[in-house]
Amino acid sequence: MMAERPRTLVEKIWDDHVTASDPGAPAILAIDLHLVHEVTSPQAFTGLRARGAKVRKPGQTVATADHSIPTTDPSIPIADELARKQLAQIEENCREFGIPFYGKGSVSRGIVHVIGPELGLTQPGMTIVCGDSHTATHGAFGALAFGIGTSEIEMVLATQTLLQRKPKTFRVQIDGRLQPGVGAKDIILALIARIGVGGGTGHVFEFTGDAIRALSMEERMTVCNMSIEGGARAGLIAPDETTFAYLKGRPHAPKGAAWDTAVAAWRKLPTDEGATYDQTIVIDGDKLEPMVTYGINPGQGISVTGRIPGPADVAPADREEVERALAYMGLEAGKSIAGQKLDVVFIGSCTNGRIEDMRAAASVLRDHHVAAGLRVLVVPGSQQVKKQAESEGLDAVFKAAGAEWRESGCSMCIAMNGDQLEPGQYGISTSNRNFQGRQGKGGRTFLASPLTAAASAITGVVTDPRTVATSTPAVEAH
Amino acid sequence: MPEPFSKVTSRVIAIPRANIDTDQLCPARFLKITDKAGLADALFFDWRFTPDGARREPVSFIDEPHNQGRQIFLVGDNFGSGSSREHAPWALRAWGVRAIIATSFADIFKGNALKNALIPIVVSPERYASLTAALAADPDAQWTVDLETQTVTLPGGKGAPETFDFEIDPFSRTMILAGTDEIGYVLSRLPVIEAWEATHPARVETREGAPAR
Repeated sequence: MMAERPRTLVEKIWDDHVTASDPGAPAILAIDLHLVHEVTSPQAFTGLRARGAKVRKPGQTVATADHSIPTTDPSIPIADELARKQLAQIEENCREFGIPFYGKGSVSRGIVHVIGPELGLTQPGMTIVCGDSHTATHGAFGALAFGIGTSEIEMVLATQTLLQRKPKTFRVQIDGRLQPGVGAKDIILALIARIGVGGGTGHVFEFTGDAIRALSMEERMTVCNMSIEGGARAGLIAPDETTFAYLKGRPHAPKGAAWDTAVAAWRKLPTDEGATYDQTIVIDGDKLEPMVTYGINPGQGISVTGRIPGPADVAPADREEVERALAYMGLEAGKSIAGQKLDVVFIGSCTNGRIEDMRAAASVLRDHHVAAGLRVLVVPGSQQVKKQAESEGLDAVFKAAGAEWRESGCSMCIAMNGDQLEPGQYGISTSNRNFQGRQGKGGRTFLASPLTAAASAITGVVTDPRTVATSTPAVEAH
Repeated sequence: MPEPFSKVTSRVIAIPRANIDTDQLCPARFLKITDKAGLADALFFDWRFTPDGARREPVSFIDEPHNQGRQIFLVGDNFGSGSSREHAPWALRAWGVRAIIATSFADIFKGNALKNALIPIVVSPERYASLTAALAADPDAQWTVDLETQTVTLPGGKGAPETFDFEIDPFSRTMILAGTDEIGYVLSRLPVIEAWEATHPARVETREGAPAR
């Protein structure tokens, strides 16, 4: 038998899922898991009804409500009529089409990209899609996971497949060992600052290297989550013992003999020796520092010890956007990013709303109080994260520090549920996007890690987490 | 079901900004709808209105009277980045846009645009610069985007029209020209999909242990 051509992780998953490939047409790619939420799906269900179609594989589909859902006391009726209607609509659509739904009141409800892994639905080697660009999160398990539009949601509901062209591959190798106070969020912000928000367009990232291998599953999810902010629809990390240990025993993970069979198959997924990528970047993890964005796209990031750049400091093509960023943000070129005044701190989202993020933030805030006049929201990524945090007493730490401890949801990451910045306010946020108005009309966002956000909560200004004493080893090196 | 589309002739709006994200094209608070109505008003909403809801002074380019009815945009690099919301191409189409010329598009936006017969045309940086200059020299020129011939035609400086070719996914082109429904195409291939599924069992069963209703 001839030796097989060495393949990348992405190529293996791709090859495993092509059901048909007609000449000139895109491949018809089988989808293993379709995640659905209330915001991008209603028109797809309307389309299904119009064509008299069913959901072809309801058992490979799962839905939740996360974007529009309030993070206040769940017994309070939803005041926003449109949000209430949208939430009622997803429930009705799931009932009509037989899709399992984790809605208000479910103990497993949460942000779609938090609950998929929690439930063990996200597994290595799968194709996973959702009408949400942060579907890339699931790539942390070595799954090909990417965001789709509403037309494609309808396609997947009706056929459990997607028409796709094979993506190019982009290896992102993070060597070395992260320094204390530097984490997964800083890796991805540093990558995007280097390649730009369009740097990965047409590609899928594969994150490799010692600094990536040393990350926990939750940290890997943070890295993969923001692949889309670097222009790549997906970002993957090859599965390893860390992945298997996380998955074992989760509700939907294979059990018994099926577990052993699955793990054996997953071990064959990592990229073969000698396989080639269309692009590669190598970053020295030892040299990374805590990152903060100063601008209006996630690529406008600098070290927390850095100075805000001006048009003269960037490539000619970026000047106009830097000028626009400084004008919108009300920042002055040449000033230190550390020390910039804040009105709000948001800790949460599908990027940084998992239990380890809650622990990291609590490790900084324990025995401290948030700065006077500052509003600090801590929003767990799911009800399970909330429950776990409460069992560890983290809610008490946040409340004692003067922060708000809320119900789970997307919350101020997308500002659809009433949690938002007021016009002109400055917020430091552990979420993924600093676009103009993203966190509320006229709101101004600094993106950062949970450690940096929590340190900034104490001082009321953008703060290097390495300058604040913490109570636990969360800021120590991996 | 989609309508066939092959050609648009229109004056052009230049938006010389890079990385225009879908939160600008359609802010998130307009995503609470459960249909596609009213999205023309959402397009670039926060560029057009102050946080208090007043129209900005001077008015945004999008609200300038001479820009009304223009169906072709010439925009900066990496257009449509960020959120996967298809509300962005819906808003553009609702406002009247049929073709967008840029040096690059974000992947998800590009796919969503094609599914709505909104034609993304990728040009080289040199071409983008020459188009920008041509538009500045003749801001009211009628350009033609022809999907059938995969060409863009400008009136040209010396009376002779100037035409260039563009690339587009051949499958998407065929679908848009014919107004064919992609879901219908895939459903026609169902026997092949079912044969594949017969040897590839589902990896999860989401209904197991899901909350009862």
